[in-house]
Amino acid sequence: MIRSVMVMNTQGKPRLAKFYDFQGFVLVSLLNVDCDTVLCSRAENVSNFLDAASIFGPDSSLVYKHYATLYFVLVFDSSENELAMLDLIQVFVETLDKCFKNVCELDIVFNYSKIHTILDEMIFGGQVLETSSTELVKAVEEISRLESASNSITLVPKSVSGWRNR
Amino acid sequence: MEQLKTIGRELAMGSQGGFGQSKEFLELVKSIGEARSKAEEDRIVLHEIETLKRRISEPDIPKRKMKEFIIRLVYIEMLGHDASFGYIHAVKMTHDDTLLLKRTGYLAVTLFLNDDHDLIILIVNTIQKDLKSDNYLIVCAALNAVCRLINDETIPAVLPQVVDLLGHQKEAVRKKAIMALHRFYHKSPSSVSHLFSNFRKRLCDNDPGVMGATLCPLFDLITVDVNSYKDLVVSFVSILKQVAERRLPKGYDYHQMPAPFIQIRLLKILALLGSGDKLASEKMYTVVGDIFKKCDSTSNIGNAVLYECICCVSSIYPNPKLLEAAADVISRFLKSDSHNLKYMGIDALGRLIKISPEIAEQHQLAVIDCLEDPDDTLKRKTFELLYKMTKSSNVEVIVDRMIDYMISINDNHYKTYIASRCVELAEQFAPSNHWFIQTMNKVFEHAGDLVNIKVAHNLMRLIAEGFGEDDDAADSQLRSSAVESYLRIIGEPKLPSVFLQVICWVFGEYGTADGKYSASYITGKLCDVAEAYSSDETVKAYAVTALMKIYAFEIASGRKVDMLPECQSLVEELSASHSTDLQQRAYELQAVVSLDAHAVESIMPLDASCEDIEIDKNLSFLNSYVQQSLENGAQPYIPESQRSGVLDISNFRSQDQPEASMHGLRFEAYELPKAPATSRIPPASVAPSTELVPVPEPSYSRETHQVASVPSISDAGSTELRLRLDGVQRKWGKPTYSSPTSSTSNASQSTSNGVTQVDSAANVNSKARHTHDSRKPQAEITPEKQKLAASLFGGPSKTEKRPTSASHKVAKASSHAAEKSQAPKAAVVSNQATLEKINHQPPPDLLDLGEPTVTNSAPSVDPFKQLEGLLDPTQVTSTVNHGAVGATEAPDIMALYVGTPVGGQSSSAENSLPSNSYDVNLTSELSNLTSGTTNAGATLSTQFTKGPNPKDALEKDALVRQMGVTPSSQNPNLFSDLLG
Repeated sequence: MIRSVMVMNTQGKPRLAKFYDFQGFVLVSLLNVDCDTVLCSRAENVSNFLDAASIFGPDSSLVYKHYATLYFVLVFDSSENELAMLDLIQVFVETLDKCFKNVCELDIVFNYSKIHTILDEMIFGGQVLETSSTELVKAVEEISRLESASNSITLVPKSVSGWRNR
Repeated sequence: MEQLKTIGRELAMGSQGGFGQSKEFLELVKSIGEARSKAEEDRIVLHEIETLKRRISEPDIPKRKMKEFIIRLVYIEMLGHDASFGYIHAVKMTHDDTLLLKRTGYLAVTLFLNDDHDLIILIVNTIQKDLKSDNYLIVCAALNAVCRLINDETIPAVLPQVVDLLGHQKEAVRKKAIMALHRFYHKSPSSVSHLFSNFRKRLCDNDPGVMGATLCPLFDLITVDVNSYKDLVVSFVSILKQVAERRLPKGYDYHQMPAPFIQIRLLKILALLGSGDKLASEKMYTVVGDIFKKCDSTSNIGNAVLYECICCVSSIYPNPKLLEAAADVISRFLKSDSHNLKYMGIDALGRLIKISPEIAEQHQLAVIDCLEDPDDTLKRKTFELLYKMTKSSNVEVIVDRMIDYMISINDNHYKTYIASRCVELAEQFAPSNHWFIQTMNKVFEHAGDLVNIKVAHNLMRLIAEGFGEDDDAADSQLRSSAVESYLRIIGEPKLPSVFLQVICWVFGEYGTADGKYSASYITGKLCDVAEAYSSDETVKAYAVTALMKIYAFEIASGRKVDMLPECQSLVEELSASHSTDLQQRAYELQAVVSLDAHAVESIMPLDASCEDIEIDKNLSFLNSYVQQSLENGAQPYIPESQRSGVLDISNFRSQDQPEASMHGLRFEAYELPKAPATSRIPPASVAPSTELVPVPEPSYSRETHQVASVPSISDAGSTELRLRLDGVQRKWGKPTYSSPTSSTSNASQSTSNGVTQVDSAANVNSKARHTHDSRKPQAEITPEKQKLAASLFGGPSKTEKRPTSASHKVAKASSHAAEKSQAPKAAVVSNQATLEKINHQPPPDLLDLGEPTVTNSAPSVDPFKQLEGLLDPTQVTSTVNHGAVGATEAPDIMALYVGTPVGGQSSSAENSLPSNSYDVNLTSELSNLTSGTTNAGATLSTQFTKGPNPKDALEKDALVRQMGVTPSSQNPNLFSDLLG
């Protein structure tokens, strides 16, 4: 089971934190700090896996991937395959990239609910639900379309790209 | 330049509408982005919280505004602050009719609340309604919330709706409904136990996504109960076959692999089903073999599937052909340059080694490479592998390695883990007791506070009992070597408490046994220990008892005892101690010293710590005393069971034995109150009905009755009323009855306390030890690595090497400690010490020892310290480091300006530069990267290189700078590794 999905930047600021078994907000900040120090102390060209038992309790591993200024972090237990988790991060980022056209840190900051929508389509209750990024994009787009259709208040474009194309 | 700046600002202004958030939110994000310290960030957030608190409770807030408030709350919570004041508004928002607001509300509550929060009760109703909605998006949002917020009490409220949704026409809904049921299963397996057949049915769903989702709950179910799902083996195999043959829609392909995640899950399930079952396994061989052949080993995901195949092969009934294929893949993993693959290779090797141990040999050099790799994760995984392949022939090398690594790390959690591993291996495979003691000493010295106290007791017991053979000479030699080694170690500062206890105990028992050291020398050492660790009462207690033993042995052997003055003062000090235990020990010591030789010998026999002490449970030696008292007119003792008023108590006991046996607090909840009719009956009227007695459920109302009826029981002692006694008796009755007996037994026990306590503690059976002393002639291989390999895998060639390295290590350790004692706690000095340590090491170890100590040497949470450490690991020890960074900084930044392709942005870059952490980051980057031109230091500069629409990228970039969001980049080619 996947325990947590986190995105943080290289300076240690959390950009997204989702926990599938509940952690209080105080703990969240602690975990973030811990993760951050651990991640930053990793050299380049080493494996993307970490034994996270000291931070997240027994039977938890951590996989991270570094894209530009962001660390994407997945924490999960022994029933998942590390390499597959690495690819799950890849799927997530690919989907973000498709949704936002050249995704950047700012997109993640400002499109909080959309990011969560994508994540909810992909990981549900700690289990991998959908792994095809085209399917994900399709689902997310349909959701935004329906949202805007059913919405009485003037809907704002959901991404930077939307705004740019105006 | 000026113009560009203006344009940038305008873009930023324009963006406010574009992002859909208000100016305030943008300001918040911006100011947090610019915050230079955690404190500053906290201040900003606290201010924001104040604002939100005030504004969110204003009446008539427009919905859109409210949505934004909620998003801001989520943002604040993510930064680690408490936003609980706004939870109720998020809950309210879930009631809204508009889809967008409803979804926002659900998102917020799933992030804010957990399943036992008080507000859940307000949402359950909404969820129930939404699950029946026509709009599938609302249903999905509700299912999301169900997963997160429903606990085992509320499951029945939503279960029927969720089960209905399994037949929904939208596959997205079906998928989520299955996952929700899976979640229910996690929370309370019994609640969905009647629905397991639904999972089987969904396995045949038309949509592959739904089928894939069904595998998750099935995997869990199969983990728990393999046998009831054996019939599904054929279906799983055929599904896997179809997937591998690309029968699924193209959309499920990922990097040219057909539905790899489904394959992985299926392989996991097959591994479970085939484990130890030859018949089932045979059905899988073909398909697993096919996947081995088909998998593309160049992509990451292909390797993931291959790894899963290996796991499957190592779990099912072995098949030589598949094992061969697995071994091939492992060797490919281990030879790969990627650390990830090496890691998986090591892990896979650990799995396969159980089935075919010979496979490790061909990979020995690769394994040793991994062991010496600077990557900690890989190293730990390799230790895990070594742990699995430890035999009595290679235990010395492996444990030595582990201890070296243990000494080099600061991570207490892992230190504990690896220390326990060392102890376990040493206990299981120790080739000699001498080695065992030496190893234990090392473990205690460096991780003493982290190991289980039982380990210490085992060690004491081992020293006391010796080899278990009848070789007294060897035993006493062992003991004197232990004493000697402890005398050497005892001078070091800051030894762990557990280790000191062992040392004191050994000194007490065997310090003077071989006559090499005089009693006054040993007692002096013991006094030093008691003085140096004066805050640790356990150590002091051990020390005093040891002193007592030594004096007792001296007296018993007829020598004259004169206490050292420091002993005298120590004993006097302790006899006035706050701790009664220490006091008692001190008085006992004084009493023993004043006894004559014969008496002392009978209380403190020499080397008798392992003799059994017979305990006379009847206290027969007190008989005469009792007799005498009775004759003098004392009341005879009445056994508890025969006392009046409690006649039936033994009955009570036997009826609810388990409860009676454990007297502590009860943690299970009280049962729900019964119908008031039964509990309202006054006690007197129920009295005659004895059948009611055994009813073990103390309902709430009845409890009060019991209390009320206490006085009447004690007055009359009437048998009728004892019906209601169950709780009361246990609470009030027992201690008073038993008090006289217990006090006497206490007294009699405490006389022998000083001796027995240690012995009983050490009473843990140590495991049988193999005493392998088969030393084979050493094979001469020159490269150190090969030697290590041979000692790890081949076994015979290491005996020569070990003793030298051990003595070497002792020297090193002492030098390290000496270094520390000069200026303890100064990080710089300790770093020097580590450097010193490195110098002692043979060259190949330099890298892997140096790296972790340097990066971990500052255990502070400050991430930027760590960054400095990363900057140049070899420099960290020098105190001038900071200045050096500062010196090199300026030119680099200048270079940065020159190199920036868009001149207009440089000014905004300047704004964000002065933050200290950023500088360090930048310089490290610049020193790392050769192409400084594109590295503008901002996130999005990358898009110049990549973006298909450079203009857009430019605008976005400008915007980011305006926002001040994390302008730094380690890898300028944003996401180039993503698509490459």
